[in-house]
Amino acid sequence: MFKILKYSFYDLMRSRWSYVYFLFYLLLGLVLLFLNNDLSKAVITLMNVIIILVPLIGTIFGVMYYYNSKEFTELLLAQPVKRSSIFLGQYFGVSLSLAMSLVIGLGMPFIFYGIFNSDAIGNFALLLITGAFLTMIFTALAFVIALVNDNKIKGFGYAILLWLFLAVIYDGIFLMSLVFFEDYPLDRFSLAATMLNPIDLSRVLILLKMDISALLGYTGAVFQKFFGTNQGIILSSLMLVLWVSIPLYLIRRISTRKDF
Amino acid sequence: MRLPVFILILLALSFSNAKAEQLEVCNSCEYKNIKTAIESAAAGDTVVIKKGTYREFNLQITKPLTIIGEDHPVIDGEDRGEIITIESDNVTIDGLKIINVGTSYTTDYAAVRVVKSENFLIQNLQLEKLFFGIYLEKAKKGKVINNTILGDAVEEYSSGNGIQLWYCKDIEVTGNKIQKVRDGIYLEFSDDILIEDNLSKDNLRYGLHFMFSNNDSYENNIFENNGAGVAVMFSKFITMKGNIFRKNWGPASFGLLLKEINDSEISNNNFEENTVGINIEGSNRINYNNNDFRNNGWAVKVRGACYSNIFTKNNFFNNSFDISYNSKLNDNSFDRNYWSSYTGYDLNKDGLGDVPYRPVKLFSYIVNRTPETIILLRSLFIDIIDFSEKVSPVFTPDNLMDQNPLLKPVSHDIN
Repeated sequence: MFKILKYSFYDLMRSRWSYVYFLFYLLLGLVLLFLNNDLSKAVITLMNVIIILVPLIGTIFGVMYYYNSKEFTELLLAQPVKRSSIFLGQYFGVSLSLAMSLVIGLGMPFIFYGIFNSDAIGNFALLLITGAFLTMIFTALAFVIALVNDNKIKGFGYAILLWLFLAVIYDGIFLMSLVFFEDYPLDRFSLAATMLNPIDLSRVLILLKMDISALLGYTGAVFQKFFGTNQGIILSSLMLVLWVSIPLYLIRRISTRKDF
Repeated sequence: MRLPVFILILLALSFSNAKAEQLEVCNSCEYKNIKTAIESAAAGDTVVIKKGTYREFNLQITKPLTIIGEDHPVIDGEDRGEIITIESDNVTIDGLKIINVGTSYTTDYAAVRVVKSENFLIQNLQLEKLFFGIYLEKAKKGKVINNTILGDAVEEYSSGNGIQLWYCKDIEVTGNKIQKVRDGIYLEFSDDILIEDNLSKDNLRYGLHFMFSNNDSYENNIFENNGAGVAVMFSKFITMKGNIFRKNWGPASFGLLLKEINDSEISNNNFEENTVGINIEGSNRINYNNNDFRNNGWAVKVRGACYSNIFTKNNFFNNSFDISYNSKLNDNSFDRNYWSSYTGYDLNKDGLGDVPYRPVKLFSYIVNRTPETIILLRSLFIDIIDFSEKVSPVFTPDNLMDQNPLLKPVSHDIN
């Protein structure tokens, strides 16, 4: 598995796309810092970008990589290598290179700007960690979708739909249900609904760190109490890990049973 | 030519010397404690208290006296009750350090209380471990200047206010520093009061609290990190200028709370990092101009029954919500403000945006209805519905807009 991981990783490192991705984040970080002149402000703006773009790029890149390397995968399958290690190796190659582009691309300008001497370091670290997690989650989901669908167009369609659902539609349904059931106590429901969507979970985690919790009023107090405690932090990181491991399990399962 | 003037001064000096005697209080002086000195002083005398610690309380001043402390002598009340009570006109108290005022649930013990007196001057006092600090009761024409009040309030019910004015008139409260009491400055039924250059921070409840007080003005004060900010209630003709409200941050905090305030002026103030910059309820005919709102949760929250308020030349920078309304009705006007989230253009380059700005977002309307929805703040879905509402308003007041949004922030001098 590690050989394949290494191969995929180096292959991607050499590819144009990860440079584009890396340069994009580098530029974004530089421009934000140049325009904002304020580290914590830049972190907030960055959050909006990370929450939306990272999942999108992870999804598209994952699907694209799978379909592009399909012929090579088929060649590998003819060799005496375990199936799960082929796909997991590829997956980790893609997700690690993407996460690395993100972390280094964003990290560099902020480090030059002196993030280590600033109070925003904790927030920034959280931002990068959730960004890396989101990359892992959405690349894994993309792999699952691509494995299930042999049709490229269909695969892309489903991947985009998945992103659209988690990034936009889920919140819409969430909002509607909150407004519809406004007469009932909703804090537990909203807590659960937030935990179930990795994008929402990352957003709320970062928002609470940004000291915006007071805005949330009573609901905020509930959230702060939950995410502020060790139990809440462990639970939410567990949730993120779960979001990575379930698709990984699916990749294993589908890849071993699939007829190529 | 000079001689008569000189003689006059000499005469005046000797005359005043003859009249006003100076009594000294210290361990080795004629008077060992303050109480006997005050009792034996004649009207118009000066009592000088030397450095030292005096364990005394219930000092009643019933004649015009000047009490001066040298190097801040300490009067320790030992938690037994009120310390100084002034019941006469023309009293000056200067340079004392008063500690350990008694706490009571039935009587409002104060470090210094002024009762029905005129022309008093209370200055350079240091008050610590207190219940009430300076309590002015039906007093007139006095000054409270440069005092430092440091409380240790923990619970609202067992703590008092820093400076309290009750049925007062023509009083100047200047340059005081008030920390960690219940309400920093509290006014009730007090008119024509000037509150200037004070610092009120870390108080349990309000930095400044107005009730039923008219024609007052407060200028250039700093209110920081108070439990609930500043509350101005049931008052008329109030001027608020050049104050700084910052870091009043918490689930139930605001920079400034206006309730039933009419015909007032709010200008050149700075609201920074408050959960709610200004919370307005039932307030009419107020002019808001040249204020800065920075990084607040809500810059202005309009609760209802607010008519004919005018917002002009204010700067709104990076607030999560600029204005929030809970109804579709609007009778307030917004004109020529700067909004940092304005996205319009200015083709004729007159400095005014060509497209009106709508400061009330759909999301703020939804949050007003269902507070739990705030958990979706900064979600992409919310941005999308805000955008669609901006294009064609359905839920938010459609006449609420700034027809001439400024493209550049108003520059005004805020210290």
